[in-house]
Amino acid sequence: MRFLRLLLPLPLMLGISVQAQSPTYGLGRTPSAEEIRAWDISISPTGEELPAGSGSVGEGSQLYLEKACAGCHGTTGTGGPAPRLVKRDVGPDAGPWALGRVLPIRAPYATAVWDFINRGMPLYQEGTLTADEVYALTAYLLFLNDVVEEGTVLDAQSLPKVEMPNRDTWAPLPEWWRPGMSRLPSYPY
Amino acid sequence: MGIKRSDRREFLKRGVALASGVTLGAVAKSASGQLEGPEAFIQGTDELVRYGKRSSYVTSVRIPHGGRASPDAFGLDFHIAAPLQDSVGVITPSSLHYMGTTRGSFVPDIDPEKHRLMIHGMVDNPLIFTMEELKRLPSVTRMHFIECAGNRANRRHRTVQETHGMTSCAEWTGVLLSTLLKEAGVQDGGDWIVAEGVENVVGASSIHMAKAMDDCIVCYGMNGEAVRPQQGFPLRLLVPGFEGILNVKWLRRIKVVDQFYMTYNDYGHLRQDSDDAALGMQIGPKSVITYPSGGQQLPGRGFYEVSGLAWSGGGAVSRVEVSTDGGGSWVDAEIRGTAHPMAHTRFTLNWQWDGQECELQSRCTDVLGSVQPSRAQAIEYWTSRGQPARVKGQDNSIQPWRVESDGSVHNAIS
Repeated sequence: MRFLRLLLPLPLMLGISVQAQSPTYGLGRTPSAEEIRAWDISISPTGEELPAGSGSVGEGSQLYLEKACAGCHGTTGTGGPAPRLVKRDVGPDAGPWALGRVLPIRAPYATAVWDFINRGMPLYQEGTLTADEVYALTAYLLFLNDVVEEGTVLDAQSLPKVEMPNRDTWAPLPEWWRPGMSRLPSYPY
Repeated sequence: MGIKRSDRREFLKRGVALASGVTLGAVAKSASGQLEGPEAFIQGTDELVRYGKRSSYVTSVRIPHGGRASPDAFGLDFHIAAPLQDSVGVITPSSLHYMGTTRGSFVPDIDPEKHRLMIHGMVDNPLIFTMEELKRLPSVTRMHFIECAGNRANRRHRTVQETHGMTSCAEWTGVLLSTLLKEAGVQDGGDWIVAEGVENVVGASSIHMAKAMDDCIVCYGMNGEAVRPQQGFPLRLLVPGFEGILNVKWLRRIKVVDQFYMTYNDYGHLRQDSDDAALGMQIGPKSVITYPSGGQQLPGRGFYEVSGLAWSGGGAVSRVEVSTDGGGSWVDAEIRGTAHPMAHTRFTLNWQWDGQECELQSRCTDVLGSVQPSRAQAIEYWTSRGQPARVKGQDNSIQPWRVESDGSVHNAIS
């Protein structure tokens, strides 16, 4: 095994991306810019993929009722059959992990809240919300959890700048891992 | 081709026995016993001609995982466990392969003619492939297990299906992801990929480039046929040895990016503790005895072949030991066939049961030298470092089965 590990491509061992190469097989075609835009819906923490549009806390509170969010999540964001959307009341000094498994408070980035609503809601009508509506609902849920003020309007520029309380208190996946390594070198099991 | 001398002698001896007439009666009696039945004949319908099915006497089925309805009232929870207690060999039949969805019991029904895989982001040549084009590329066929992060035994579980059923193993065929990434040309700084499927929430996972370039497979084949819809037809990602949620089904998009994306799936498995994050990503060495296992009944004292499955996300299984005295002493089990990297491996041990109460355990070691711990050992590791008393990350601890003197077998997790 040790011998095999020495044979790994040097860039991988050094954690450097493999240098770009020209195509070998010549299969597949180049997607159009429109094709890429239509599918490019995973939003990074820095928000490059966010579309144009905007929405306010007030608009979000209306949409929360109009789009039937309240039917599953409860009129106040809790008490419905679906997961709760407001943090638990555990006192002012509680850390972000004590506030419950509640997306608009536990998510380390506000972009993750936007992404989740955009791809996953409303149930069985996923993908029907406009960008404006997703911005508005995101703003409203962040307001319900005391992350943003009542007058907040979110768009592609302001959303990634929202400071979530769990921003620096989650554990990233190990970037040190390389093929042939155990899952945690100091751990014998 | 003459008859060998010893065969000839056998023939002559049997000839004498037949002529005597005494043995003939005994043979006829035994044969008539064997010829009782069959109960009926299965008519060779067109359906059975085209695509066979198992015997109606074989009733092994999957069950909802964790005692929850699956699908639940919302149609959201869909985690179903494989019947490992009935497994033989190492392949899980496609119909019995465990399954989990990131959300929802509705499986996409995809026309493969219309399905596309797009590779874009930080690449020199963004590419979009049809299924036909993917099948023209150089392929690999490999045995790999998949295991859900929630495959965690507790003392309330009764059977091995409940303790360990959220893992399965299949023979997968497809194109190495590295082939596709090299074809697209990954740019400097492209350290992660986001892999995305077409289920109703378009589930996506972030995967580090070191893994993506190593051994991940974009699969269209499973156990000798097309990947099943519940497993991602027509295309799924296989991330060998890593937690189940990364193995994105109904795969339509790979985006090369510069950072961990905190996607829908990533948020679902968000961890607070960095040890949990590391120990949850790659599966540790793990094994379980499937026979005798919880809920089964031994008919009486005497010979049994103890049998089980071992696997590790770190590579091939190199050793399996079995204890019949609750971990007091261990003997090497026999590894059956080839131990493939990141694949279920069948082990067996010949065992004479004396009819006394006893406790069976198995312990796996992988090629990296990592050893499956007892629950107590794993907890002791953390408490001795001032950490809470729990098994961190993916639980790979030893499963104990207690055999009572009446032959009943029970989960012995205390």
